Amino acid sequence: MTADEKRAQEETLRRVRASLARRYRSERRFRLFGLSSALLGLAFVAFLFVTIIGNGYTAFWQTQFKLDIYFDPAVIDPDGQADPQQLASANYRALIRDALQSELPDVSGRREMRELNRLISAGAEFDLRDEVVANVALIGSTRELWITADDEVDMLVKGHVERDEQGGARRLSDSQLRWIDALAADGRVEQRFNVNFFTRGDSRDPEQAGIAGAAKGSLFALLVTLVIAFPLGIAAAVYLEEFAPRNRWIDLVEVNINNLAAVPSIVFGLLGLSVFLNFFGLPRSAPLVGGLVLSLMTLPTIIIASRAAIKSVPPSVREAALGLGASQVQTVLHHVVPLAMPGMLTGAIIGMARALGESAPLLMIGMVAFIVEVPQSITDPATALPVQVFLWADSPERAFVERTSAATMVLLAFLLAMNAVAIWLRNKFERRW
Amino acid sequence: MAVASFVLGRRRSIATVGGYSSIRSLHSLPKYYGYYAAIWCGLPGLLLVAAWLSLSDSVITGRVVASLPEALRGSSDAQLGLLVNDIKNLAAGQFVNPNRAVELGAAAELYNSLQASARWILSGLIVALGLAGFLYSATRLQPDFRARNKVETVIKAALVVASTIAIFTTVGILLSVLFEALRFFQKISFTEFLFGLTWSPQTALRADQVGSSGAFGAIPLFAGTLLISGIAMFVALPIGLMTAVYLTEYASPRIRAVIKPVLEILAGIPTVVYGFFAALTVAPLLRDLGTSLGLEVASESALGAGLVMGVMIIPFVSSLTDDVINAVPQAMRDGSYALGATKSETVKRVILPAALPGIVGGALLAVSRAIGETMIVVMAAGLAANLTVNPLQAVTTVTVQIVTLLVGDQEFDSAKTLAAFALGLVLFVVTLILNVFALHVVRKYREQYE
Repeated sequence: MTADEKRAQEETLRRVRASLARRYRSERRFRLFGLSSALLGLAFVAFLFVTIIGNGYTAFWQTQFKLDIYFDPAVIDPDGQADPQQLASANYRALIRDALQSELPDVSGRREMRELNRLISAGAEFDLRDEVVANVALIGSTRELWITADDEVDMLVKGHVERDEQGGARRLSDSQLRWIDALAADGRVEQRFNVNFFTRGDSRDPEQAGIAGAAKGSLFALLVTLVIAFPLGIAAAVYLEEFAPRNRWIDLVEVNINNLAAVPSIVFGLLGLSVFLNFFGLPRSAPLVGGLVLSLMTLPTIIIASRAAIKSVPPSVREAALGLGASQVQTVLHHVVPLAMPGMLTGAIIGMARALGESAPLLMIGMVAFIVEVPQSITDPATALPVQVFLWADSPERAFVERTSAATMVLLAFLLAMNAVAIWLRNKFERRW
Repeated sequence: MAVASFVLGRRRSIATVGGYSSIRSLHSLPKYYGYYAAIWCGLPGLLLVAAWLSLSDSVITGRVVASLPEALRGSSDAQLGLLVNDIKNLAAGQFVNPNRAVELGAAAELYNSLQASARWILSGLIVALGLAGFLYSATRLQPDFRARNKVETVIKAALVVASTIAIFTTVGILLSVLFEALRFFQKISFTEFLFGLTWSPQTALRADQVGSSGAFGAIPLFAGTLLISGIAMFVALPIGLMTAVYLTEYASPRIRAVIKPVLEILAGIPTVVYGFFAALTVAPLLRDLGTSLGLEVASESALGAGLVMGVMIIPFVSSLTDDVINAVPQAMRDGSYALGATKSETVKRVILPAALPGIVGGALLAVSRAIGETMIVVMAAGLAANLTVNPLQAVTTVTVQIVTLLVGDQEFDSAKTLAAFALGLVLFVVTLILNVFALHVVRKYREQYE
């Protein structure tokens, strides 16, 4: 080897080493970049959950006052007849006011009385009424009862509103603060489990608002969706996989299904508005229409998942059935469909989970109305859980932020549960052929 | 009834061949004769009910309206609609304005009686049809009758019908949106809608109102939609792509098993939750950040909505790209490694170019998602139609306007509500083109490596 060659070789080696270092650096950089974007995704999930849970967990408790309510016969039942109509229209607010006043004897004057009154939820008197109507024997007795506090009090006790904040955020006066402190010192202020949140419909008062109406609306809509979309989806998938001839028409159907799966959901809402509401004259705001729209929307998802499930059933099963003399329909209905059922169910549950979280099409068909009653049938006006989140998120009261987060938590819990069931089904029944 | 005819049909089929002992001389299993009878008994009735329910209400309403005195009937469509609502409420025994109630009492009674007789006629018809169907099928239940084949034909027909629902849905969407949009374009010219620069859909209630003539130029909406979708893609595309690359090429199976499900959770979160998150957390955060940097950030800035929408699309992009990258044959990687390339060089020079068509297809699908996304922008983007490219200002989008125009009670024929359908048509057509093209690209790409 001549000196020239040697030098050339060393030069090459030197260059390669130098470039190797650079290349490895860029390799590490690239890898880090990939890892950090994956972690960024995780961080978003964590951030989202932390914000929502951090904002919302307190909504499961509600501040209440322990008051000794004297069911004064002179106020609620002057004739002593316990006439239901009389009982229903009596002035229960007065009972609460009297009880409060006996706790805070220094309150005087009309203005202070009004302020005192405002500590108590506007709906508390109806709770008392219901109790009396249900149990007439209460009249004339004194009971220690938990009375729901107003949402401003609730926010203060939970620490969402600062005490020393003046004007803006704190809407309670100094004397109201003093009374709350006095009651608290007496052990009469406590945060108790918020039953209203799970049993009531919507309300303008945050402390009276609940998700029961919305949850039931969602349930009805999902039932309609399940009844329509699941059989139709399976039937369509079975036809496309097992019976359909290969021709242009079937190609068109397939392109169509894939495409429908990617159409924006709000367009389905427009369809529902103009076809179901305006053309067929179905009732507005009803879970029935919501379910119809959602089933059209989830149908492609279910069809695609069911086709995949049918495809995974090996041909040998079909051949064996056909070989034993079963007709084509018998082969499919008795053998292929039962074997593909777990996969189809998984697809259906995932489709239903999507439908549960969907709100845009429901806005179009009027499921955004303010509805207090809990719906009793699929034609009653109702909202749905995600729409309730949307409605509450628009409300200005501070207490609704907490309740919106809590409703979101309930919604997410349902979704996670449904997805968990789908995964469990897949793992339990998945077969490798 | 259908159940009864199933039992009867089955029994009859057995009886025709003389009991269980000679059951083998039947062409099909006895239950198929039962199904046959049940189908004849139940199916015509069901079809009748479906047709009846969809038509009877409008027919009855028409009759009731026709019976109204001339003075009431002469009002406009919208007033007539209110009137019909009142009549229905009255008929259902709900509270109606007492003055109205007197006028409409007769109509409500007529409505009730028509409904009742309709119900009787319907049930009578169903029973008659069922009986006729059963009797007809009973005459045909002979031992050599091919009941199974008939039943299977019906099943197949049902399957075919189910598979065409998707077509009907598409046609339904297209027709309903197109129809209303055409009515809109009769009022507002097509070019003004597509190329107009101002959007203020308030139409005057009275002729003398100021500044509410209504302008329906959709360019600001398109620009706003593009701006927000652009921000979203700017966030989602690099992060989603790099996540997919990391998960397919670098991550160990254990890390993959953690990150993938978490990303799927991100994909399964309802968009309304993202919207709430954007409005509650991200927007104030951005505003504070802007103030501390001396920038004016609108509380409903395009940036906030775009960022959150980007987060929403990340898992969508990453799972699509994941599939695409997995479809690149291992031989191409091996070839690259054999030439001494590092992993990142293989990814950049071999895998990504090979996967590019698929990635582009996935990105187009993601764009179509972003354009059609509704809840995030409704909750976090503004209503003011500003024509701007500044992401710190509030802009509005096509979907936001559809929602604001259609939520709430309006008369259905106003240019305002019809404009929503015109926007819907644009949205549908644009996403349709994107989807068809993207799906075509992805499909072609898959075929290339299979």
